[in-house]
Amino acid sequence: MMIDELFASLRYRLRSMWRRPRIDLPLFGGLLLLMGVGLMTLYSASDFDRGQVLAQALRFALGLALMFAIARVPPLTLRNWTPWLYAASVVLLVIVALHGEGRGANRWLDLRIVRFQPSELLKLTMPMMVAWYLNGRPLPPGWGTLGMVGALIAVPAALVAKQPDLGTALLIAASGAFGVFLSGLAWWRIGLLVGAFVGVVPIAWHFLHDYQRNRVLTLLDPEADPLGNGWHIIQSKIAVGSGGLWGKGWHHGTQSRLEFLPEHTTDFIFSVFAEEWGLVGVLLLLALYVFIIARCLWIAAEAKDTYARLLAGAISMALFVYVVVNGGMITGVLPVVGVPLPLVSYGGTSAVSLLAGFGVLMSIHAHRKTVAG
Amino acid sequence: MAGAFKPLKEGRHEANLFRRRALAGFLIIVLCLCALAVRFAFLQVERHDEFSARSEANRVLTRPLAPARGLIYDRNGVLLAENVAAFRLEVTPEQVRDMPDMLARLGQFVPLGEDDIARFNALRKGKRSYQGVPLRMKLSEEEIAKFSVNRWAFPGVEVVPYLTRSYPLGAEFAHTVGYVGRIDTDDLAKLDKGDYAGTTHIGKTGIERYYEDRLHGEVGYEKVEVNADHRPLRVLPDRLAPKQGENLYLTIDSHLQQVAEAAFEGRAGAAVVIDPRNGEVLAMVGVPSFDPNPFVNGIAHADYAALLAAPDKPLLNRVIRGSYLPGSTMKPFVALGGLELGLRRPSDTVLSTGEFFIPGQSRAYRDDVRGGFGRVDLVQAIAKSVNTYFYSVALDMGIDRFSGFMSTLGFGKPTGIDLVGEGSGVLPSREWKRARYKQPWYPGETVIAGIGQGYWVVTPLQLANALATLANRGIPHTPHLLRAVQSGLDGRPEVVSSPPLPGVIHKPDNWLAVHQGMMEVVKIGTARGLNDGFPYVIAGKTGTAERFSRTDDTWTSISASPIERHQVLFECFTPADQPRIAVIVALEAGRSGAHDAAPIARKILDAWLPGDIEAQGIDPRTKVAASSQEPRR
Repeated sequence: MMIDELFASLRYRLRSMWRRPRIDLPLFGGLLLLMGVGLMTLYSASDFDRGQVLAQALRFALGLALMFAIARVPPLTLRNWTPWLYAASVVLLVIVALHGEGRGANRWLDLRIVRFQPSELLKLTMPMMVAWYLNGRPLPPGWGTLGMVGALIAVPAALVAKQPDLGTALLIAASGAFGVFLSGLAWWRIGLLVGAFVGVVPIAWHFLHDYQRNRVLTLLDPEADPLGNGWHIIQSKIAVGSGGLWGKGWHHGTQSRLEFLPEHTTDFIFSVFAEEWGLVGVLLLLALYVFIIARCLWIAAEAKDTYARLLAGAISMALFVYVVVNGGMITGVLPVVGVPLPLVSYGGTSAVSLLAGFGVLMSIHAHRKTVAG
Repeated sequence: MAGAFKPLKEGRHEANLFRRRALAGFLIIVLCLCALAVRFAFLQVERHDEFSARSEANRVLTRPLAPARGLIYDRNGVLLAENVAAFRLEVTPEQVRDMPDMLARLGQFVPLGEDDIARFNALRKGKRSYQGVPLRMKLSEEEIAKFSVNRWAFPGVEVVPYLTRSYPLGAEFAHTVGYVGRIDTDDLAKLDKGDYAGTTHIGKTGIERYYEDRLHGEVGYEKVEVNADHRPLRVLPDRLAPKQGENLYLTIDSHLQQVAEAAFEGRAGAAVVIDPRNGEVLAMVGVPSFDPNPFVNGIAHADYAALLAAPDKPLLNRVIRGSYLPGSTMKPFVALGGLELGLRRPSDTVLSTGEFFIPGQSRAYRDDVRGGFGRVDLVQAIAKSVNTYFYSVALDMGIDRFSGFMSTLGFGKPTGIDLVGEGSGVLPSREWKRARYKQPWYPGETVIAGIGQGYWVVTPLQLANALATLANRGIPHTPHLLRAVQSGLDGRPEVVSSPPLPGVIHKPDNWLAVHQGMMEVVKIGTARGLNDGFPYVIAGKTGTAERFSRTDDTWTSISASPIERHQVLFECFTPADQPRIAVIVALEAGRSGAHDAAPIARKILDAWLPGDIEAQGIDPRTKVAASSQEPRR
């Protein structure tokens, strides 16, 4: 490679990165609104704990900064980094599996300066890797491609599930699977895969941890153990149901304020929201999510190359998994798995990794015309 | 590098494929979110009422508010039972990590007896672990101070204020007012759980027990908001105030009661003072008594054992449960029976020779004086307590008519006073003997029943009741202790009326003759001198019964000492023409009724007199001479 070319390319990149970022304003507005709702709900759910709200706002700020930074990285660069990023996150997962620490589960990696969960990285690197791989294959994918992608998805998902963190494993696997789905996998192949999955469930049951099994059993009959495993589900359903059509009003949700509802700032913050804002609030919030997802898919459809399309599409659809799994959990139709409500639940890593994902989308949106197909 | 470039056509194909898939994905997403929305709607609209109720049940704890117990006063408003503020230690077991260790450490600051800990552990079993359990009642100020300083070391232990029952006059009214005690398992079985939800104590004896329903009041409720740890956060405005129990005014005159008790000077016995006009019990004394205050919060085992073992039986309520041989105090009633049944006229005489024989039998029934009293009529027989007169009356009546008549005076059955646990005594009768000993009745037993001996057993209250009936010219009133009831703090005490019962003496001449005899007792008979210096004419009768114990067929005297060998009694009422007070005094050991019991009765009368003069509005002392000489025939 010639020196001149190298410099030219660098100059070009720097220029494009430092140019005024072209943020998709509808998506950005939707995200800001969602974060506002999140902070407001958190303020109530934490019983006016300013420190907690401030900490969450700082994480949002950090996430937004990351979002802006990633938005300036051209998708092409991302594509070139993809295999290395994927490999690095899997290596980190392996390290965590060997040396990790955390309450009851090995999820955390202590880097002395920051402690973070490598599994969060995979929420981004997984769809990137799937998009990268499918980008180089003829589409729609055949069985061979499918098998390779399956392996790419299964290895890190299994490592995360082993931690054990079923919720995150599910999200990672889903984001990969959505890439495959969007790549145009034939419907009959999808049908076959789903059929095979249903057949595998009884076998998977055998390998589940006791606490994971309990969660499923509890879901089927929460009243059988109202003070133990059923407590979360029962109290959450009471919170949601007592909210009624119009809700009890902001900070008038007794279920959370009086601490009947466990984890009411994190996994069960949606229950607090449903209790205080009622069905009307829930429908509006769901509508906001639909809007964000729709906007993300629109951005994906506008992208010019397959990698960007699949990546943007997979990230968008993964967002939907968060909402449905969390909503299903607090209304007692899905088992209690630790899936947060995106940008509403209290918690740093999830907010930052989500906003990083939106950064990728912003980048794809901003560079839709500069990247040749 | 894989897939950097693809043919343009293929690229466009893939883009179209993606668009279709994205649309399909979006539809799936919308479908799923719609399903979720339906689920929310189902919970928030369809099952809203159910979950609202459960949310309220979570949040709101209904706490009972115990009503303040009604106070008890004597007839003049002297406080006999009150509620005083006190402090107790309460433990919330849920918040205590190591209970035995905590109790051991706590014991260094606040003395904890074994009884306290045993009761605490028993109470704990019946409560949820987040409910406070009382550990020590009635903390002293020093104990509160010591604990407060070290409170940080005892999470879950709190000093809680409460109202406790107190009896300011102590032993004086233990047998009348009684006491309250902690609700125990027996009480729980009988109680209305709702009404007693906040109540810790219940009347165990005396007035406290008999009028429990009036004294208790009505429970109130408050609602408190609790968090998931059941910790109360605030009281909600929705509150139903408890209704205080009714205040009771007794018929008792506490001054009279105190004088009467003091007059006993510690000798075991009982006294009852009744207003014969209406059956109001002005005083009822049982000696010895006990302090009821320790019983309120649970008396220590050792102290209780000591009370049980005491030879004088302080726990025995002698007035309503004591067993006394009435002896000669029964004679006026026997004489009355003879008149009422038409077997004697007042002027009929009997020859007393010192010995009395049932026709055809050889056993002699004796008079008190060797050689007898000569020929005596009814008045003289009562005045001198001539046994022969009553032997013959009783024999003429026969046991069936005898016990039938005595029964109309209330012997052999409870008087119906407003106290629990009243004894029946023993009214000698053919039926009673058959039931008790499975033996036939012998005429000799009728003879000795005529002088209040043999199988007779009376309670002082029964004797007082019969005496009051006699004094009130045969119109009985049920003896009672409740005079007036006050509901609410500002309510006016409302007097409880006690209507007279059907009369039992049918000819005025009959009671007049008996009254005359009893006046003679005080004037010239066995209790002469008793009236000295007293403005009203007193009518009375002494009784001195030998204390026997019966083993199989032989009667043996309990004590050889003449001071102790008799159970002595005295009954009297005054003024003789318009009786306003009737007094029974019974001593369990003494020389004679006149010597030991009558002076106590006189002291009671002296204490009663000033109040009576005030009530009558005229001072009878100005016409002492006239009234005592006025013949009443």
